[in-house]
Amino acid sequence: MLETTVAAALFVGVLAYALFGGADFGSGFYDLTAGGSRRGAELRTLVDHSIGPVWEANHVWLVYVLVTWWTAFPESFAAAMSTLILPMLLALLGIVLRGASFAFRKYAASLAQARLFGVVFATSSVVTPFFFGTVAGGIASGRVPAEGRGDLWTSWLNPTSLFGGVIAVGTCAFLAGCFLAADASRGGQERLAGQLRRRTLGVGLVTGAVVLAALVPLELDAPTLADGLETQAAPLVAASALAGVATLVLLWRRRYAVARLTAVVAVAAVVSGWGVGQYPWLLVDEVTIADAAGARATLQALLVAVGIAAAVVLPALVYLYRLTQTEAWSRPDH
Amino acid sequence: MDVLLSAAAEADPAGLLPARQQMALSLGWHIVLACFGVAFPAIIFTMHLIGLRRGNEHALTLAQRWAKVSAVLFAIGAVSGTVLSFEMGLLWPGLMGTFGDVLGLPFAFEGLAFFLEAIFLGIYLYGWGRMPAKQHLLMVVPMAITGVVGTYCVIAVNAWMNVPTGFRIVDGEVVDIEPWAVLFNPAGFWQFLHMWLAAYMVAGFAIAAVYAVGMLRGRRDERHRLGFTVAMAFASVSAVVQPFVGHLLGGRLAEWQPAKLAAFELATETESPSPLRLGGVLIDGEVRYALDIPYLGSLIARNSFTEPVVGLDEFPVDTHPPVNITHLSFQVMVGIGTLLALVAVVYWVMRWRGRELTDHRWFLRFMATGGVLSVVAMEAGWIATEVGRQPWIVQDVMRTPEAAGDNPGLWWLLGATTVVYTAMTIGAIVVLRSMARRWRAGEADLPSPYAPDPAGSEDAGTTSMGTVR
Ligand code: HDD
Ligand code: HEM
Ligand code: HEM
Repeated sequence: MLETTVAAALFVGVLAYALFGGADFGSGFYDLTAGGSRRGAELRTLVDHSIGPVWEANHVWLVYVLVTWWTAFPESFAAAMSTLILPMLLALLGIVLRGASFAFRKYAASLAQARLFGVVFATSSVVTPFFFGTVAGGIASGRVPAEGRGDLWTSWLNPTSLFGGVIAVGTCAFLAGCFLAADASRGGQERLAGQLRRRTLGVGLVTGAVVLAALVPLELDAPTLADGLETQAAPLVAASALAGVATLVLLWRRRYAVARLTAVVAVAAVVSGWGVGQYPWLLVDEVTIADAAGARATLQALLVAVGIAAAVVLPALVYLYRLTQTEAWSRPDH
Repeated sequence: MDVLLSAAAEADPAGLLPARQQMALSLGWHIVLACFGVAFPAIIFTMHLIGLRRGNEHALTLAQRWAKVSAVLFAIGAVSGTVLSFEMGLLWPGLMGTFGDVLGLPFAFEGLAFFLEAIFLGIYLYGWGRMPAKQHLLMVVPMAITGVVGTYCVIAVNAWMNVPTGFRIVDGEVVDIEPWAVLFNPAGFWQFLHMWLAAYMVAGFAIAAVYAVGMLRGRRDERHRLGFTVAMAFASVSAVVQPFVGHLLGGRLAEWQPAKLAAFELATETESPSPLRLGGVLIDGEVRYALDIPYLGSLIARNSFTEPVVGLDEFPVDTHPPVNITHLSFQVMVGIGTLLALVAVVYWVMRWRGRELTDHRWFLRFMATGGVLSVVAMEAGWIATEVGRQPWIVQDVMRTPEAAGDNPGLWWLLGATTVVYTAMTIGAIVVLRSMARRWRAGEADLPSPYAPDPAGSEDAGTTSMGTVR
């Protein structure tokens, strides 16, 4: 029970990172495809403005996940890190390049510099979720052994991982599109919102198609997960599909503010579907949550830390998000 | 002895050497940015407060500029810190697999602190002109506090590696884990205090150095004086307190890490009373080129006229740390620390007597190096601490080779990290310098270079948007 609670707290971090960090990463997709410096200026400024105040806070969810993981389930952390070292490092590289170049771009002196930093920012934003997706796929398809080291390459270059990676990129971009369209519309940039709307609809349709296409290979490649998705996690999968369709409809009808909410529900349901689907495994087919857990005293102490976080960090986060939605904060930078 | 050493070297896992280099590079880089993360908020707060209280426009301008600089520094500080979180598992699977649940709690609280820091950073940076002035200023306070908490937590882990507590080992199994005992371990407090002061020294002297260079180039306006004075005030207080804290910190070594103390003092054998050995290297087991001051070693390290520093010859050879690196780094740190403390005292005494040292070029020239000097002192301190603990990763419990993985591929990681960090350093310098240049040119806001151009006529790619607007 204690172990499951801690695992749930850990998973909440994964979920929050997927949603908020994911939306930040996803905005890189629109930045990358915004066109030349003149045509893309408006959109890039919007990206800058939308994620500027929040990206560092959203990024800390990742740190929370890593720390909770190694503290609560130390051996499985070491196992996953040594088997999945390549995608982990590539994701890490993306994180470093993304964060640094985003900050550099904001204060770049010339357009030439801004372009260089901008390309690095946007590209690394798009590829990082891919590698995290492959990590999830490697774990979910039972390719991370509890002891010793799994294959360095096939552990993340396999059908489940590849689909996981593509779906991660797609969902991030989908989320970001909804958020950015809402921001643009709130700031009175209707033309920009319309442009984002079209592209987000496209991203949503493609991602949905990929998710459907993934079902067959998943059945063969990750039977344990597929099994869970068809049974205990089935309601979540259905909810995700519904919310996804609802988002597309809302976007179509230009109801951006509401579409943002349904998009969050859709992605949250998919990610939770994965978690519930592979329960009670921590590393699928290898270690269960209960077996992987570290010392009880540590788990209890961690829950204290999580409780404090819920009491102190969440209100501050809510405050930040609410500020960014106020009229004064929607004004362009100065 | 040679046979023993080479046998030990052969048994080392392939991941050990690259992991050590990687750790030194990434931590040594992160720690410089971390110093700004810890100390800059309080310095900015002071400047901002002066601005609001006295209605001082210069102070407000400086606070706003510093906030923009900190946005760049904090971003690369945060990403380089994330690298470390990955590395704990990547480089030291043996440590994290065995002790992950022992040393994890402080890291969890550290994460919590960084969360708050990142949130309020976002609010403060983007809040200029968007919130009531007082409320806006208050947003810095949580950052300054979380900086303290965060530092304490990471340092608690490091202190635990020096003085392990909160668990027992029975038949090779780690049992009776008490995570709270690790978080509040007895060695943590002084080590934290020392690091905390070091952070204020690094940030304070570095900022003061920027304005010293400006004054050397003839920019002696009110703003330069103000920037210099506020930064120098923070740097001075911490520089003066630092030697005392360092002394108290060292005081516990005789008991807990005597071999490290012996290496610090270059004590090859026990002498009573021990001399203070300035400089010197160990060559073939002989101390060369050292200046010995009698009694002072016992006095400083043991607070006594007679009690000796236990010599290295009393420890098994395979538990000796690399003596020369440890000794020299330690002395570099103490030397610089003493020098900076003296300079700080002299500056304020002279100022109190009505003589402004910033009117003298030699003083400004020295202050221009203050930032680098304090960074060197801090890095040297870390090298002394970490190398002095060898061969232990967890003192007397786990040797470093046991913690490393068997992965020669880590050399690639080291190579890539070197390239990326070099690029990031260059990027930061280019951007920060360009910001300073544009500020000097009279620009107040630094607009996002992608901002839609109202004139819509310039040739993209060649024009500096900054000057266009
Ligand atoms: C600006 C930086 C700076 C300055 C001026 C000093 N130190 Fe320091 N020192 C550090 C920055 C530092 C550090 C890098 O922050 C260390 C490494 C680990 C730690 O907690 O602090 C450290 C470690 C450290 C240790 C090792 C503790 C251990 O291994 O557990 C001792 C004994 C001292 N210091 C003593 C001193 C003394 C007597 C100083 C007198 C001038 C001094 N330090 C100045
Ligand atoms: C609180 C923070 C720190 C923690 C938890 C920490 C942890 C570690 C660990 C686990 C190792 C590897 C094991 C070992 O060789 O003993 C190590 C080595 C090392 N660290 Fe630290 N470290 C910290 C701060 C720093 C900083 C700021 C520096 C800056 C220079 C640093 C420099 C080094 C060096 C040079 C080594 C290699 C020592 C050797 O193996 O010879 N450390 N540290
Ligand atoms: C003496 C040692 C250290 C000190 C004083 C220190 C301090 C700090 C500070 C002040 C920050 C905030 C950075 C900023 O916003 O500028 C930071 C970031 C971070 N540090 Fe360190 N750190 C140390 C070592 C470590 C170690 C050993 C680790 C991990 C193993 C670590 C992990 C992190 C992480 C993950 C972040 C990013 C948090 C974020 O996203 O804001 N740090 N560190």
